[in-house]
Amino acid sequence: MKLYRQLGTSLGVIFVLILAGKMALPLVFSNNSLWLTTITLCVFLGVALFTYGQYAGESKGIKNNNVWFDGVSARGVLGWTMAILLTAFYVMLYWFPEYLGKATDQSGNWGIIALFDPLSYFFKGKPASEWFMYGTLYTIFILSLGIKFIVKYRHNRYQLVRTVVVMVSQLFLAYLIPEILAGLNYNDAVDAQGTYAGWYDTDIKNVWPLDYDFFNDWHLDAMQADAYQPLGMTYLFWGLLLFLVVTPLLTYFLGKRWYCSWICGCGGLAETAGDSFRQLSSKSTTSWKIERWMIHTVMVLVFIMTLVTLYGYFFEVYDVFGLSIYHWFQKPYGFLIGAAFSGVVGVGFYPVMGNRVWCRFGCPMAGYMGIIQRFKSKFRITVNGGQCISCGNCSTYCEQGIDVRSYAQRGQNVVRASCVGCGVCAAVCPRGVLKLENGPEEGRIKQNTVLIGADLDYLDK
Amino acid sequence: MAGIVIIGNGVSGITTARHIRKNGGTQSITVISSETKYFYSRTSLMYIYMGHMKLEHTQPYENDFWAKNNIDLVFDHVNEIDFSGKQLKMKSGSGIKYDKLVLAVGSKPNKFGWPGQDLNGVQGLYSYQDLQLMEENTQGIKHAVLVGGGLIGVEMAEMLRTRGVDVTFLVRESHFWGNVLPKQDAELIGDHMTRDHHVDLRLNTELGEILNDGNGKVKGVKTKDGEIIDCQFVGLSAGVSPNVGFLKNTELEIDRGILVTRLLETNMSDVYALGDCAQFKEPSVGRRPLEQVWYTGRMMGEALGKTLAGKPTEYKPGVWFNSAKFFDIEYQTYGEVRSVVPEGKSEFYWQHDSEDVAIHLVFDSLEFKFVGINTFGIRLRHELFDRWLREGQSVMYVLEHMKDANFDPEFYRTYEQEVADAFNKEFNKNVTVKAKSWKRILFGA
Ligand SMILES: Cc1cc2nc3c(=O)[nH]c(=O)nc-3n(C[C@H](O)[C@H](O)[C@H](O)COP(=O)(O)OP(=O)(O)OC[C@H]3O[C@@H](n4cnc5c(N)ncnc54)[C@H](O)[C@@H]3O)c2cc1C
Ligand code: SF4
Ligand code: SF4
Repeated sequence: MKLYRQLGTSLGVIFVLILAGKMALPLVFSNNSLWLTTITLCVFLGVALFTYGQYAGESKGIKNNNVWFDGVSARGVLGWTMAILLTAFYVMLYWFPEYLGKATDQSGNWGIIALFDPLSYFFKGKPASEWFMYGTLYTIFILSLGIKFIVKYRHNRYQLVRTVVVMVSQLFLAYLIPEILAGLNYNDAVDAQGTYAGWYDTDIKNVWPLDYDFFNDWHLDAMQADAYQPLGMTYLFWGLLLFLVVTPLLTYFLGKRWYCSWICGCGGLAETAGDSFRQLSSKSTTSWKIERWMIHTVMVLVFIMTLVTLYGYFFEVYDVFGLSIYHWFQKPYGFLIGAAFSGVVGVGFYPVMGNRVWCRFGCPMAGYMGIIQRFKSKFRITVNGGQCISCGNCSTYCEQGIDVRSYAQRGQNVVRASCVGCGVCAAVCPRGVLKLENGPEEGRIKQNTVLIGADLDYLDK
Repeated sequence: MAGIVIIGNGVSGITTARHIRKNGGTQSITVISSETKYFYSRTSLMYIYMGHMKLEHTQPYENDFWAKNNIDLVFDHVNEIDFSGKQLKMKSGSGIKYDKLVLAVGSKPNKFGWPGQDLNGVQGLYSYQDLQLMEENTQGIKHAVLVGGGLIGVEMAEMLRTRGVDVTFLVRESHFWGNVLPKQDAELIGDHMTRDHHVDLRLNTELGEILNDGNGKVKGVKTKDGEIIDCQFVGLSAGVSPNVGFLKNTELEIDRGILVTRLLETNMSDVYALGDCAQFKEPSVGRRPLEQVWYTGRMMGEALGKTLAGKPTEYKPGVWFNSAKFFDIEYQTYGEVRSVVPEGKSEFYWQHDSEDVAIHLVFDSLEFKFVGINTFGIRLRHELFDRWLREGQSVMYVLEHMKDANFDPEFYRTYEQEVADAFNKEFNKNVTVKAKSWKRILFGA
């Protein structure tokens, strides 16, 4: 069993080595199709072997054995190494894609990005961009580690259904459909006159304010480009509808989980690839305080940035109050929040701060839905009377750093803005204390003192 | 210091302290323990061993909570109590005075005088120190023997299995946890342990002696039937008893535990006792004199906290409930389900044919009044069972409303109608399961 795990891990290392080799020894790794196939196989086979080694022969049920002994999941050497590699990857991706092999002249892509050229040609007849490479890898990791997650939680149907949906959303909505649309010249294409018609986001679940540049002029223009009709305008209306109507409605009925842990791409990666790191999120009340400040600040920033952007768009100006909209608003937001926060810190720091750093401290979409979830929603985590033994499993494995136990042990339902409804607290609870459910708003936030505490004279009533 | 002094920082001592503050008590509060500096959850010792959590995760409150609530913590051992001088003699040599004393000193594992019970590698599991010892004692071992089929025994079995240690589990009774679980329920657990976790479960087997390897370390056990089982570790899990050794030979009235009234008063004025170490002189109807579980410690703590804050409150537990987990099988119980069906009561047992899911109902034979339920692999709403038992509903009512009571995660398969059909067949009734109603769940009727 250990052997299978080691084999799996070795394939992961080989995956990294091939990527490094591709950068350092381009001549050896010149056949892109071959090596792209190899790394894909490395990932899927590696994860499969590891999963087999970890769970084969184990009965179904919660098996968080050794989590806090293990270097990867307990901030050990392996964890830190992974964090550094991931962070470095994100820094290059956002700011120095040429170091990953992005073409700088006519000679085309090289390095890691060139690996993805064959696939990109297959979809849309042009070389890969760094984002195509990233999107492909992202999908590969959600799918492979999603399978691991499913095996791990195979006894729990909530987790099964949720994870299948997360994997399907990533594969189809975020990856295949957009690439196919681009291949059909509905995006990222040249129009009949031979001019480039622009790019817009064709992932139907990517919504402002997570998709912060939805209202940027280039994005609005692309959606209105003749070459992309009627699809472009459909996306424009859908984007508005999604933000203004669909999101509040679904969040009212289901809580923000419908998005955060069921279909969102960031959430998808966190729930699958990030599952091994959920216990690393801080549960302290100080973190909770920081969280509320940060997430709401980001919301204010995206709001201001978008207002200014729209003002510029409709009044056809480039400045507000003498400040350049691009240099003072869009660029800093994109740099600080869009790239540094959601990417570099958000994923790079998985092995150090847990798998939901961005979702918890930064994401303005999560912030928006969080307000609805907290004040106007049918969703709650019901706490089962007095059954809690304060063991701490729920709090430990809450990726959002919610101290679930502090509610459970006093018999109070958990109604928190930040809960993404992953359901893991309920899954790991050994006493059946927690249930995620949608019910009437009345009686949603209540405390069951009678069952928790010494009988408050109910026998006399 | 004086004020209120609490010995023991387990759930009952800590709940008392918290509820004094919660109810507006402003006296000084000192909590003493020689186990760990901060309150941790004893119930999660096993998870520390298995690597699910570290000690810090098992602590329900942050470290600054105590200062914020003006509760002093003392990490020291009480050697002796001078009741007349109202003073504690500490191991460190100091003395601590009290105005009111709360004894929340918990229990300790039973040892029944087995030959060899004090050898190295033989131990119970109760405290954090026991856990550290177990960590030491089980390094690199191959085979362990557990003695006594109760909850802590199963937990030890699960712990050891995660380290790949082979486990032989000696149970004196004819079925596992025989004094609590009915036979069908126990067999379900037994099968799960042997089939899915390869535990070598030996029923009707009693420990004879523990064998010495010549160097003071265990090398095996001999059963009463004379069979010798080689092992490097023996876990004693034949129950616990109140930790009252250091209080014997004082004026404090002690039977098995410290004797208390419903107000948790002992025979000495200004001295109270609660939790695992307390024994009720007159238990409430249907309850035992000693209640050594987490929930009862907490409930007693809430009552005593109020009393000490100036609102005298009796410990009046409502309907009995409890829960546990046997490896992968979750267990919940509400009301009274005894290991043997009492006179005048009937039972109904249903088990899924392939999953470890079962339900066991007990009810009055004549009137069909519902008495108690055990479930395995099914979570139930505590509140509803508490309500139904207080209202004296019939077992048919319970089965009819099982969809309201189901507390499994969303998308789980549930079996209400199957269960009702089986019941109808056996008892010639006609129960049809009703759809779930939030109105009934939240507001009754
Ligand atoms: C491994 C294990 C698993 C369990 N699982 C469950 C479960 O799942 N569900 C359930 O309901 N119950 C469970 N229990 C039982 C439950 O933990 C106890 O009923 C409960 O913890 C008792 O709380 P208490 O506050 O009365 O005593 P304790 O928690 O025992 O606290 C007493 C404290 O007082 C200290 N102390 C004693 N004497 C002195 C002294 N002279 N000087 C200084 N300090 C002293 C002790 O060191 C100890 O820290 C479990 C018990 C164990 C051991
Ligand atoms: S509270 Fe539970 S469901 Fe919500 S995010 Fe935390 S673990 Fe997930
Ligand atoms: S809710 Fe469950 S997991 Fe959380 S502390 Fe209570 S018993 Fe443990």
